[in-house]
Amino acid sequence: MRSIINYLKEIILGVWSLLKGMKVTGSYFFRPSTIVTQKYPSNRKDLVMFDRFKGEVVMPHNEKNEHKCTGCGICELNCPNGTIEVISKTIISEDGKKKRAIDKHIYRLGMCTFCALCVKTCPSNALAFSQKFEHAVFNRALLIKTLNKPGSQLMKGVE
Amino acid sequence: MEEEVKNITPDERQEYVINMGPQHPSTHGVLRLVVSLKGEIVKNIEPHIGYIHRGIEKMCESITYPQIIHLTDRMDYLSAHINNEAVCLNVEKALEVDIPDRIKVIRTIMSELTRIQSHQLWWASFGMDLGGLTCFFYGLRDREKILDIFEETCGGRMLVSYNCPGGVMYDIHPNFQKRVKDFIKYFRKILPEYDQLLSGNVIFHERSKGIGKLSLEDAISYGVTGPTGRASGFSCDVRKHEPYSAYDRITFKEILHTEGDTYSRYIARIDEMWESMNIIEQLIDNIPEGPFAVKMKPIIKLPEGEYYQRVETARGELGVYIISDGNKNPYRVKFRSPNFVNLSVFNHIVKGFKIADLVAIGGSLDLVIPDIDR
Ligand code: SF4
Ligand code: SF4
Repeated sequence: MRSIINYLKEIILGVWSLLKGMKVTGSYFFRPSTIVTQKYPSNRKDLVMFDRFKGEVVMPHNEKNEHKCTGCGICELNCPNGTIEVISKTIISEDGKKKRAIDKHIYRLGMCTFCALCVKTCPSNALAFSQKFEHAVFNRALLIKTLNKPGSQLMKGVE
Repeated sequence: MEEEVKNITPDERQEYVINMGPQHPSTHGVLRLVVSLKGEIVKNIEPHIGYIHRGIEKMCESITYPQIIHLTDRMDYLSAHINNEAVCLNVEKALEVDIPDRIKVIRTIMSELTRIQSHQLWWASFGMDLGGLTCFFYGLRDREKILDIFEETCGGRMLVSYNCPGGVMYDIHPNFQKRVKDFIKYFRKILPEYDQLLSGNVIFHERSKGIGKLSLEDAISYGVTGPTGRASGFSCDVRKHEPYSAYDRITFKEILHTEGDTYSRYIARIDEMWESMNIIEQLIDNIPEGPFAVKMKPIIKLPEGEYYQRVETARGELGVYIISDGNKNPYRVKFRSPNFVNLSVFNHIVKGFKIADLVAIGGSLDLVIPDIDR
């Protein structure tokens, strides 16, 4: 007798525990405000990423097409996997002295691990992260970028 | 041909060997298990690892100390922050730098957030392994809130790379404290829902109670740590026994259970989430003022010698062992990864159970494969 009662009790408690779980899922059905799904990509226009989000490394230029990179090569040294290659050239500055300047700052997005060491260690703060995250391209060669824009120059006052 | 068949003893004929993985959804990564079955009973399993071996330890020998940190992210990607911290603590210990309180507190809060999000993902996938797909959605929904906190402060979601020798990369974001408090408020309400959904479920009880028992003696002799070890009563919490960062100034319980079965491993992790929330609450309102990083030399060279530091990741004890010959690169780096050791006990506890229990036990060990292979 006792075992039958226990058996029935177990069944009832078991069903009760299942109902309790279903109550949780059921309650969400009536609370559409709790939905967190974002409708990407149709919400692309008003999708704002956090400012610190590490999307890709960029070199900000001002409106006069000037950047802050002096071509010192510290970012290249600090990059753990050879993502960055700094090709520098020698130029003659206004007062007739020879100076090192950047020719090409090559950044291979496909290799970057977003460790932020280059951005952190650049002595003149020439690098930054952009929030762009849609990097898919059809050709791998497009992932090799030159960060300094064509015809750009060193900003005045940056040594 | 016929003769060959005759020569097989009945015993051999009954043992059936199948391959589980490396692409199996419930191995949570590229782990391959060669499972010998007799009927439905598991006789033996043989883990084959190495499918995601990247040679991280060897790579560490050719790069500098700050560069090692981003590689440790990629070992146990669910405890990325804690792995980073282990290397930084070791380097700081070797250089004998004093770390200001602010950094210690920030690191501790981040570590505990990492622990919670790791357990959330574990809960989600464990529920899914046992057939409750709802758990997966709920777990990931709540984890997203922590990932947002990480993204806002560290810039990365999983692979945060937030620590650097001497401190952290950036100061905490102005919204950080508010967001963390909001999360704790929210999650204290949600965690009981996890219990209603899965912990109390009768089907779940049947599938987890008494399954895959690991005794205290075995836990100690295999060196199983983390919630898996503590569910067997092995007091192995590094945060308690060898406090690092800010763990010495807060009060928290070490979660200990004695049964050692799948269910108590489950409950241990749920309890740890509560405990982590307690730890964060004690610290979040009094983050001391100060710098967020100590100025270090541009090229860090450790003095000659051997250094070891252990920390408690979400899965157990991680040890970082560095031998330095005085150069800017380490001579040798060795990681004692918790998952590798926890995997070793798998065969021992799964013997004699059904093949469906194999999935449940594997899920309760909470293995992260990239950490095993490194
Ligand atoms: S980006 Fe910065 S670190 Fe790199 S070469 Fe230019 S100035 Fe030097
Ligand atoms: S973020 Fe790291 S990996 Fe990427 S370019 Fe900078 S230093 Fe190299």
